Amino acid sequence: MINIFNYIERQSPIHRLTGATKLVCFLLWSFASMVTYDTRILAVLPVAAVILFGVSKIRLKDVKFILSVTAVFMVLNNLLVFLFSPMHGCEIYGSVTELFRISARYVVTREQLWYHLNLVLKYLAQIPMLLLFVTTTDPSEFAASLNKIGVNYKIAYSVALALRYIPDIQREYHDISLSQQARGIEMSKKESLVKRLKAASAILIPLILSSMDRIEIISNAMELRGFGKGKKRSWYMARPFTPADILSMIICGLLLVLAIIDTAKMGTRFWYPWA
Amino acid sequence: MDPIIKFHNFTWKYNAQAEPTLHDINLEIFEGEKVLICGPSGCGKSTLAHCINGLIPFSYKGESSGSLTIFGKETKALSIFDMSKMVGTVLQDSDGQFVGLTVAEDIAFALENDCVPQKELFERVAKVAGEVSVGEHLHHAPTELSGGQKQRVSLAGVMVDDVPVLLFDEPLANLDPATGKQAIELIDEIKRTRNATVIIIEHRLEDVLWRDVDRVILMQDGRIAADVTPDELLSSDLLKTYGIREPLYITALKYAGVEILPEKAPHSIRSINLSDDDVNAVKNWYFKASEGAAPGNGEILLNAEHISFAYDNGRKALDDVSVAVRKGEMLAIVGRNGAGKSTFSKLVCGFERPRNGSLLFKGQDLMKLSIKERADSIGYVMQNPNQMISQVMIADEVALGLKTRGVPEEEITRRVEDTLKICGLYPFRKWPVSALSYGQKKRVTIASILVLDPEIIILDEPTAGQDFRHYTEIMEFLREINRRGITVVMITHDMHLMLEYCDRAVVLSDGRKLADAHCAAVLTDPDLIERASLKLTSLYDLAHLCGIEDAEGFVRCFIACDREVRA
Repeated sequence: MINIFNYIERQSPIHRLTGATKLVCFLLWSFASMVTYDTRILAVLPVAAVILFGVSKIRLKDVKFILSVTAVFMVLNNLLVFLFSPMHGCEIYGSVTELFRISARYVVTREQLWYHLNLVLKYLAQIPMLLLFVTTTDPSEFAASLNKIGVNYKIAYSVALALRYIPDIQREYHDISLSQQARGIEMSKKESLVKRLKAASAILIPLILSSMDRIEIISNAMELRGFGKGKKRSWYMARPFTPADILSMIICGLLLVLAIIDTAKMGTRFWYPWA
Repeated sequence: MDPIIKFHNFTWKYNAQAEPTLHDINLEIFEGEKVLICGPSGCGKSTLAHCINGLIPFSYKGESSGSLTIFGKETKALSIFDMSKMVGTVLQDSDGQFVGLTVAEDIAFALENDCVPQKELFERVAKVAGEVSVGEHLHHAPTELSGGQKQRVSLAGVMVDDVPVLLFDEPLANLDPATGKQAIELIDEIKRTRNATVIIIEHRLEDVLWRDVDRVILMQDGRIAADVTPDELLSSDLLKTYGIREPLYITALKYAGVEILPEKAPHSIRSINLSDDDVNAVKNWYFKASEGAAPGNGEILLNAEHISFAYDNGRKALDDVSVAVRKGEMLAIVGRNGAGKSTFSKLVCGFERPRNGSLLFKGQDLMKLSIKERADSIGYVMQNPNQMISQVMIADEVALGLKTRGVPEEEITRRVEDTLKICGLYPFRKWPVSALSYGQKKRVTIASILVLDPEIIILDEPTAGQDFRHYTEIMEFLREINRRGITVVMITHDMHLMLEYCDRAVVLSDGRKLADAHCAAVLTDPDLIERASLKLTSLYDLAHLCGIEDAEGFVRCFIACDREVRA
């Protein structure tokens, strides 16, 4: 079965960071790569991300599915940008260096290609970090550390519960879909996409109903054991911040600062070597 | 001594309902007592449990009159949190109530909510986990545990808070017979060591009475119908009147003409005192009764030979299993959770492909057929009807399989109506599915398979979680369609179902076939029972108690007599 968003338990320095650290680092890292279009910085980030991925012991095949989905998005995004504003790069960089011409409207320019390169690099900088965050963060520990950085524990716990139920719901979807197939609803690739989508939506009704039951049971179980009683709660899975946590956050913080200073110094967010 | 729980003229009505669910309840429970609350589905026993643990009135809203006090305090004036300190609840669905991501977190949950420091959490969790022997599994996820272990974790999660009253809501519902027996033993042990007050809500009377119970409260239509000792209960007609299954040994004794009296201590097969006359009566009955008919020798419909299967993670689910299903039989496939029962049906339906072996249906190779094609001759009914039903209206749900097969409209109408009639659902044909009870929904799912006109129908736990009346309803219905010529294969660990409706049982354990024999032989073989996580039937003990050597023959004789009485 396909694992979409799931914690994968391994022993690595990244796993040992607290969930809050990883969230903060991910956010800082993302902001940094969003702020800047300085290709020199953007080129370093994916390399660093891939190295971190190696450190985390998460393998490519663990995240194959979500990677291919984002790859499709990346291509689509680039294609749409080119279709709707083929001269976007020229506007940004303020020059026009024509390479070749597809039609009167669609001219391929060096500026546009450079812009697309930056766009791709942004994807490559952020996606590995998102995956890293999701696959190396234990939902319970994440809830504990979210609570520690000031998030209300009820919200923090709901997040953890939602993460915990994803595999269960996937399994249930699988079972229901098999029993529907046995009744003659074709869901294999023999059927057209529209029909398959329609068939898949029929599964949603039993899935939603059984999820509602599940919610009632779990909320009763939680209440009966005193959830929501006090303003605070303690956490079995809580882990103290270690120097590694502090260091990681400082590095990512510096990265964002660097991106901002760099932008300020250049006077523009966009860096172009042929300017 | 004052009662710790006291209902006085207590009535409760849910806001969503027109009529009260509980009427005029008067009940006292004293410290250190062990009380069983028994009754058919819908009798109000779960509502009563909700009143005791505080879900009523704090989570479910409604109106009450009269009074309910716990430790002398009126519950209305408390909060659900105050009540959770006095009454610990172990819910029926040990899967659903697993809050934590791991065993340790789940046990710690109540303490975390009390803001107990982490160091103390570690100590107390480790101690309680040891008490219910799940200490080795502290960092396991719920999916890695067996049903019994999950229940132990639920229990630990309640015990960790040192509550004086333990409330068990249908603790046996999802457990196989051997695990259920252990659960009852564990509850008893904890009651003794902690001197707790224990309240058990359950309709499986014989299983709960495996360990002594002080009182049985029998409920019916939201009222208390009886409040008696187990001995008094079994000596009366109450069980028959209120639709609770009688323990098998009691039924057998009654067939033999033995009078059940409180002074014979009939509450357990281990305690019962039978006079010489009684023993002779049983012997005479046994010698007189005829043996059951030999199982049929019909044509082999489905032949699975040397089937092996392993999941992607390498776990071997089936190892060289051969099963032949004959036309017209009612076959049980039994074994504990994870023994390979469900895997077997998945292979037959084509949800998974076996690694080795062959699957033939009437001599035709099933491997060459798709899921849909197999479904034309082999129907599969899932355990939970809510997972199968995808249409809003009953008739549409039953028609679904025919529509996707492109059957003409008129024929669909005719076949759907015919099937609804057979299933006793014809009067409801224009109703939405949501208006039906669980048992009726189960019928709808069976109807939606029957309409496709299969030759074999495979049912996964057809009677799980059903009370005696619904169990009988579903099983009589299956017997009826069996008489119409449909072969029925049931995956189950319900031993009554095996005894009462099946001739043959295939026993699986750890993916291997242990036995393929008459149900009477399976249920009287102590070694087999142990390995398959079943339980010896109390008829076996009764046979020995009466000096009858051939327990299997005794059980066969009981089955024959019982089927005659029921017919």
